[in-house]
Amino acid sequence: MNVKKILMTLLLLVPLVGTAVDLQDSMRGHTPLDQTTQPPPIANTDNSDIRRARNYAMQPPVIPHKIEGYQVDKNANKCMMCHARTRTQESQAPMVSVTHFMDRDSNFLAELSPRRYFCLQCHVPQADLKPLVENEFIDVDTILSKPVKSAGAPAKKK
Amino acid sequence: MKLTRRDFIKQSAAVTAASSVGIPIQSIASNVVTDSSKTQLKWSKAACRFCGVGCGVNVGVKDGRVVATHGDINAEVNRGLNCVKGYFLSKIMYGKDRLTQPMLRMTNGKYDKNGEFTPVSWDAAFDIMAQKFKQALKEKGPAGIGMFGSGQWTIWEGYAAAKLFKAGFRSNNIDPNARHCMASAVAGFMRTFGIDEPMGCYDDIEHADAYVLWGSNMAEMHPILWTRMTDRKLSSSQVKMAVLSTYEHRSYELADLPMIFTPQTDLAILNYIAHYIIKNNKVNKDFVNKHTRFVVGNTEIGYGLRPDHPLQKAAKNAGPDAGGSKPSSFDEFAKFVSTYDADYVSKLSGVPKDKLQRLAEMYADPKVKVMSFFTMGANQHTRGVWVSNLIYNIHLLTGKISTPGNSPFSLTGQPSACGTAREVGTFSHRLPADMVVANPKHREKAEQIWQLPPGTIPDKPGLHAVAQSRALKDGKLNVYWTQVTNNMQAGPNVMQEMLPGWRNPNNFVIVSDVYPTASTMAADLILPSAMWVEKEGAYGNAERRTQFWHQLVDAPGEARSDLWQLVEFSKRFKMEEVWTKELLDQAPQWRGKTMYDLLFKNGVVDKFPASQVEQGYENHEAKHFGFYLQKGLFEEYAKFGRGKAHDLADFDTYHQVRGLRWPVVDGKETKWRFREGVDPYVKAGEGYKFYGHPDGKAVIFALPYEAPPESPDKDYPFWMSTGRVLEHWHTGTMTRRVPELYRAVPNAVCYMHPEDAKQLNVRRGDMIEVSSRRGSIRTRVETRGRNKPPRGLVFIPFFDASQMVNKLILDATDPISFQTDFKKCPVNIRKV
Repeated sequence: MNVKKILMTLLLLVPLVGTAVDLQDSMRGHTPLDQTTQPPPIANTDNSDIRRARNYAMQPPVIPHKIEGYQVDKNANKCMMCHARTRTQESQAPMVSVTHFMDRDSNFLAELSPRRYFCLQCHVPQADLKPLVENEFIDVDTILSKPVKSAGAPAKKK
Repeated sequence: MKLTRRDFIKQSAAVTAASSVGIPIQSIASNVVTDSSKTQLKWSKAACRFCGVGCGVNVGVKDGRVVATHGDINAEVNRGLNCVKGYFLSKIMYGKDRLTQPMLRMTNGKYDKNGEFTPVSWDAAFDIMAQKFKQALKEKGPAGIGMFGSGQWTIWEGYAAAKLFKAGFRSNNIDPNARHCMASAVAGFMRTFGIDEPMGCYDDIEHADAYVLWGSNMAEMHPILWTRMTDRKLSSSQVKMAVLSTYEHRSYELADLPMIFTPQTDLAILNYIAHYIIKNNKVNKDFVNKHTRFVVGNTEIGYGLRPDHPLQKAAKNAGPDAGGSKPSSFDEFAKFVSTYDADYVSKLSGVPKDKLQRLAEMYADPKVKVMSFFTMGANQHTRGVWVSNLIYNIHLLTGKISTPGNSPFSLTGQPSACGTAREVGTFSHRLPADMVVANPKHREKAEQIWQLPPGTIPDKPGLHAVAQSRALKDGKLNVYWTQVTNNMQAGPNVMQEMLPGWRNPNNFVIVSDVYPTASTMAADLILPSAMWVEKEGAYGNAERRTQFWHQLVDAPGEARSDLWQLVEFSKRFKMEEVWTKELLDQAPQWRGKTMYDLLFKNGVVDKFPASQVEQGYENHEAKHFGFYLQKGLFEEYAKFGRGKAHDLADFDTYHQVRGLRWPVVDGKETKWRFREGVDPYVKAGEGYKFYGHPDGKAVIFALPYEAPPESPDKDYPFWMSTGRVLEHWHTGTMTRRVPELYRAVPNAVCYMHPEDAKQLNVRRGDMIEVSSRRGSIRTRVETRGRNKPPRGLVFIPFFDASQMVNKLILDATDPISFQTDFKKCPVNIRKV
């Protein structure tokens, strides 16, 4: 955090002391705890097939399509009908990552490692909804591309 | 914006063309940054913030911010994997509405129970807190104050809180939310083995031939253990899996033997299995004769309701005798379980006889190594302790215990329900290392380690979770502090017991948390907390593994760790204000001193200088207090368990390793307890020794099926069960602020059978009102998806603050463990 930002934050905070704030839990909204909320309709799942940028390289990509009724159990894995190595030319779906061929001891197997068998443990579809509250996570590329203010300043410790 | 792949390539081509004709795009030469001084991240290890599995994660930090997290390849628990929650750990700290200042309800600059939340300084916050504590202590003594903590407290936070209350304030009114989560498992262990926590470890998964899930949806709630089981099961054809629950869920995707049973009848099924083993002559007689003894447990023990409730009055052994038992014999036990034959149990449970027999055969066959997993379906049960005892019965009868793959495994819900709530002993009846306040020898040992005069620690258990809520409502408990938990959403009977207590004008409620929650909204004072890697921490997972991490980033604004809050607050009390004159006469050296001097700056906890914090890491508490607080607390705490089969390694070791499973003796961890050769506490020639009990034997219990306190009737015809979902952690305060997790599962819905929906004249997506004798909520119907309940039962998860499903739940508990049953609530459903 640079000095200017710290000062701005302080300026924002100072007048708040002593003044009531309209605190609310955005996860609930304004409905008091002893009253009943109206549940929003069940949202539609994004089915655009447009890939979302990941927050960092190791993040499992989210699923940009519907998966309703997909069978993934000990008898069959519908996801692999498109995402298996051998199926991707036909499906034009991304192949499961190479990490998915590795067993617990990091050896590469001939096929999908059974420890990665249940896709939904890590990959989830996305409803078409605006988040209830903004998330201020900043990805590393944004940090790296921040304009360098004072050229020649010593690199930050840590 | 809809953009096809071809559009994107065209646009990129335009950018390249622009740069070639000299229009500046960026000052850097290439579109890929390669300068290592820029691209290097600082990676450190940590334990995952969420469930009891305790995965290791690597946390990448750049410029004071967490920018990436991934599964630690060197962590034995998860070997590089995380579940979807774990992969999004990077974003849990960055919700825009982080609490960054203390806030007090005020009107015209003064505290007012009905005032508006107003930012105040830490000094002002502690002033009003201290004033309220002192007033309650004066009026009611230590009984008037209380604390509700967490299985998500770090080890030293739980330890500091327990010490502050039990030694400083001399109040046992401190309890963790693990009471809602693991209390039945604890009591089950103590009754059968005399020592808490599983004898086996996760390595059992790679050795077992059969997995049996008793009320545990591991596919969603213990995802990384599920990957280990999937790995084992799908790659070895002999491995079988049985899944038992009151509704079908994701874990059934792997089941060879799927079973749905009528709520509460797990007790009868377990007794049937014991009967089957005996009848078919599959008892491991040698093991049973040498290493077990039989007792008959007290029955008709009530439901932990208020004493004036008709069900409590009718119960013969409600009260202190609920956990009692009488010695018995194998023959008496055999006779007792013989009434649980296939006909009776099949009819009671709804499970077909052939399935019951196949299940029993898994346990009976001496060649099959069996792991039984149980979690909230077993623990959150008005006979949860009994379920634990009955599961151990069948493993003991067959001798399938403490060897690789033979393992009754109680899974934990929270990341440090074991490490903090149980091992540290933050329960209202406990002390560290399985000791209890009611035992004079145990108090004596604690008083000696804590440098207290004899008689300091009160000898009666304090108020447990549900009793705290009732005492607040009744005005007996007047000052209440909660940390790292959101009980207003997670606790039972919100409308009748909890909310009236918190808003009782005589009470002052303090909530420490990181975001606004249902609990902060019901509080009088909110304290902003540092979370996870914003502080140095330690958790203990379900396989007895203790894991440490360093502070990796700073907390925002004025947010402070729960540890800082506890220790800093202790400075506000002179010993004369919390101890009696008689007690101070015994220890005159503390006259004129503060609780901070007694508990922390006492020559023991402050023994390690701040300079011992590992180079390259910040430690806010060490800087503030001037000594390595976490190390001092941990080393003092470790004295309780060393030499007592709870041995922990030294503090510094844990910062180097990916956790160690206690007891750690001579630097070596213990994978399997109670067996010669692998447990240093079992001597040569003993074979097995269940050393938790003085006679070295494990106890086999005769315990019956007893009905739940409420069952569906004509007014409330459905069973309702609640629990978690994979994508959200508990009440969703962290995970619902991660956009990807929110979008994955935005709101709670009511899973129901399509035929029930038809009968109610509702369709998927319709709004319904779900009501019980205690309150109602509105939600939406879901007839598809991951949960497929049988007719007559619905499932509604509790993560959604806008649909507080625990308004419906009765605050009935197991009478031995005082853990609430969240799984069996009769409800009515109507279309809105």
